Amino acid sequence: MTFFEVVFYAFSALMVVAALGVVGARNPVHSALFLVLTFFATSAIWLLLEAEFLAITLVLVYVGAVMVLFLFVVMMLDINITRMREGLMRYAPFGIAIAILLIVQMIMVVGPESFGLQAFALPEPHAADYSNTKELGRVLYTEYVYAFELASVILLVAIVAAIALTMRRRPNTRHQKPGEQMKVLKEDRLRIVKMKSEDRQ
Amino acid sequence: MIPLSSYLILAAILFAISIAGIFINRKNVIVLLMCIELMLLAVNINFIAFSHFLGDSAGQVFVFFILTVAAAEAAIGLAILVVVFRNRQTINVAELQSLKG
Repeated sequence: MTFFEVVFYAFSALMVVAALGVVGARNPVHSALFLVLTFFATSAIWLLLEAEFLAITLVLVYVGAVMVLFLFVVMMLDINITRMREGLMRYAPFGIAIAILLIVQMIMVVGPESFGLQAFALPEPHAADYSNTKELGRVLYTEYVYAFELASVILLVAIVAAIALTMRRRPNTRHQKPGEQMKVLKEDRLRIVKMKSEDRQ
Repeated sequence: MIPLSSYLILAAILFAISIAGIFINRKNVIVLLMCIELMLLAVNINFIAFSHFLGDSAGQVFVFFILTVAAAEAAIGLAILVVVFRNRQTINVAELQSLKG
């Protein structure tokens, strides 16, 4: 076994075990943490495939932002786990059977006969001065610049939607009203009284 | 060395695990969202494997966009979840039966 095979099989096993943990964990917090482990293992697999930029993006964006959001929501909501697990095993055999069927079918389709080394030879490894980030950036800002702009609009819509959905004004809280504060004139607040000064005692 | 089929089979296994997860955890919306993230991850592995073996960086650009959309989807999904929990005090799918919140 070469070094690459050892790395591939080790991280693949880690990834499958962590994915099973996501599915099988009783506590949603454990599920989220297993999902983090899955992302780390996947990013190692992507490094093997010479997609360095995306491997780092997966760790930074997914583990750093999305999974923190998941954990935040899981911990913020007070979930009754035991009631959530009721009737859990009723559909489990069905789901597992479908999963096994799917795996067998997919292996028959994408197995080594049709996608092995004969059909797709190993590509030449890139030179040491090759930059995946530079190449991706070059393609992204030329050929796919329109899609790139659309992606930024999607992110903007997501920000606006998430804030609009979760923001609420509770009736009993006290707020500043900046508009009215700005509209106040000097005459409304300040009264100048002219009076005679008193004599010194 | 590692052929393309190994990566594709790995992605297929990950996808099947997440489908089984949707069947098993069908009451808990948070775990359902996590299973959808796993599915997208399996698809991304396929994209990157083909991008590597065909020598075409378009696959990596697609993964970039899928990551963007998945992040947006997770943010909006969790926001909806927070609103649902605020209105109904539960996120159990079996108890979300009425359209009027």
